[in-house]
Amino acid sequence: MATTQPDMGINRTGIGTSPRLSGDMIDATKEFRPSVSGDERQIAYVRGDYAREADKLGSVPPPPTAKGMAKTALQGLKSARPVQFIDKLGERLGFERSGVRVYEALISKFDHTGGFEGGPERMEVEQILREEFEHFRMLEAAIKKLGGDPTALTPSANFHATMTSGVIASVVDPRTSFAQCLEAALLLELADNDCWDALVQLADRAGQNDMVADFEKAIRDERDHLLKIRTWLAVAQGRAGATNGG
Amino acid sequence: MAIDLLKDRGTPLEQQKFTWKDLVQPTYSKLDDDAFTRVRVILMNGIEAEALRFGHSCARMNRDLQVHLAKVRRIEQHQQTMVNWLNPPDQSPLETTIGFEQVAIEVTAAVALKEPDPYLAQVYRFGLLEDFDHLYRYSALMDRVEGKDANTLVQSYTDIVPGRPTSVEHRDAADDIRRAYQKDRAELATKLHAFTIMSAEHMTHDYYMTVGPTYADPVGRQLYAEIASIEEQHVTQYESIIDASETWLEKWLLHEATEVYNYFSCVESEGNSRVKAIWERFLDYELGQLRYVADLFEKMERRDAAEVITSQLPSPIDYVSHRNFVRETLRAELNLTAKGEEFVPFDQESDLSRRQREQLNSEGSPSDFVSAGYIWAPGTELTRQAPNVSDGRQRQQPTAH
Ligand SMILES: [Fe+2]
Ligand SMILES: [Fe+2]
Ligand SMILES: [Fe+2]
Ligand SMILES: [Fe+2]
Ligand SMILES: [Fe+2]
Ligand SMILES: [Fe+2]
Repeated sequence: MATTQPDMGINRTGIGTSPRLSGDMIDATKEFRPSVSGDERQIAYVRGDYAREADKLGSVPPPPTAKGMAKTALQGLKSARPVQFIDKLGERLGFERSGVRVYEALISKFDHTGGFEGGPERMEVEQILREEFEHFRMLEAAIKKLGGDPTALTPSANFHATMTSGVIASVVDPRTSFAQCLEAALLLELADNDCWDALVQLADRAGQNDMVADFEKAIRDERDHLLKIRTWLAVAQGRAGATNGG
Repeated sequence: MAIDLLKDRGTPLEQQKFTWKDLVQPTYSKLDDDAFTRVRVILMNGIEAEALRFGHSCARMNRDLQVHLAKVRRIEQHQQTMVNWLNPPDQSPLETTIGFEQVAIEVTAAVALKEPDPYLAQVYRFGLLEDFDHLYRYSALMDRVEGKDANTLVQSYTDIVPGRPTSVEHRDAADDIRRAYQKDRAELATKLHAFTIMSAEHMTHDYYMTVGPTYADPVGRQLYAEIASIEEQHVTQYESIIDASETWLEKWLLHEATEVYNYFSCVESEGNSRVKAIWERFLDYELGQLRYVADLFEKMERRDAAEVITSQLPSPIDYVSHRNFVRETLRAELNLTAKGEEFVPFDQESDLSRRQREQLNSEGSPSDFVSAGYIWAPGTELTRQAPNVSDGRQRQQPTAH
């Protein structure tokens, strides 16, 4: 069993490390003044300049087959926003697929740095991993059914991948602990919960009743994942006893 | 530990071996290690990168040296890997950038203080004030785009205030060429200093050219573009102070001596024992490489290596804060620019430099935009003042003081 508490040590990042040196730092700002006037709004202006000329991240690919085109078109009542639906399905697919890899890393963390008293059994983490994998495969089938290409990286998938790149980086770093990495999982599961809610509504709007049923099963899984991760974190941080439930 | 450059045999080349596991060592800690450990890692990565760069240029011009160069270069490449991979994965490219500028400030200051040639000492002080300004501009970027304090990296050793403003550092190319030392008259210290700073600046340029486009914010992308351009000027300046009439083998010998000198300086100052063991191991490797090249030099040029290097190393680089020296230099020399090989007051700059600067800045200056009114404070400028949120209307250009 590993400890879930950080160590106290010689962290050198704060000004408290050396009051003498940091006093000098502040003195320097009094003698050597800014070379131009203004404030951080200058950065906003440049952002505006570039936003005006910028292209989008990219686009959603058209369905690869004529059959797909027909199907998409069939369901493509204006209110159903089929392109947005494909974009968001692609987003979830990418997120779930990366989620599988994050839970794999979490399990190796568990094996090498150990779990903690009141924390999860290995099997419980494995089960979450399996469910993320099922979600990925389910989305793959859903996109195919609509005539879309599940291997395409859609703009929303790409955007979410950029957002979650830090989650992956933090769980694969050999210096992070299992308990710390549960926080990375928490971030994933929080996003997962909201995004699946949204996806069910989009499926409903597109008239995809089978998908609504499948996606509701995923929502139940995600609720369960979130509850478990929150509970384990509470135990790891000493906010709750070693009891199950939340 | 006393080093004898002419006698020490170091580790023979055949015994300089690695494994992949060995090349990828545990990293230093961004939070707990001393800032100078990061400074040494960044500098030594640059020194090894130069060993490779030089080795390739030399090979392209010297068929008879190619096998020898390939042999040594393979080791240099692995040395660079082991050193560069000491940087931890939780250190972002911008955080590493702060480390690069701290190298350019503190190592250049150390060299400027020890340099026996007064003209070259002036060259180092001149470059120093420019890199000093870069630290301030990148710190403003880190604070204002990411909400992070660059002092968590420089650890209060290096002031975060303006130097010679980056926006006025842009000059005509001809105004970046300096006078060179004379190979037969210059002391070994002069040569080793020049090779060291040239290597550091070249690596800095290449690093900014690699990570600049990975930055998402437009001002950040512009700032990397602007400062990379200055680093190209710096490489131009520092390579021009080296005597171009040195033979290829003579330069190779000096590169190896530079590596010995720098690993020796690192060994003398390192506090992280795991990192220190690497510096010690590579000091011995470089002595072996120096021996190999000295033998080659003596055989092929029929000259004594003692004509190029002396037994004794110059005193090691001081890895300490040079705050007072930097401030004195700021007070005395901030207003200089370069005109040809000379340093002159800014109002005497060349027409070509003025035009070059006005051209580049004619659509605005990234370094001015990012740092308009910026005053570093512990814990970021948000500890001094509330954020100034844009009202969505048109810009006002920042004005120079
Ligand atoms: Fe999921
Ligand atoms: Fe989940
Ligand atoms: Fe080397
Ligand atoms: Fe610089
Ligand atoms: Fe520089
Ligand atoms: Fe070497």
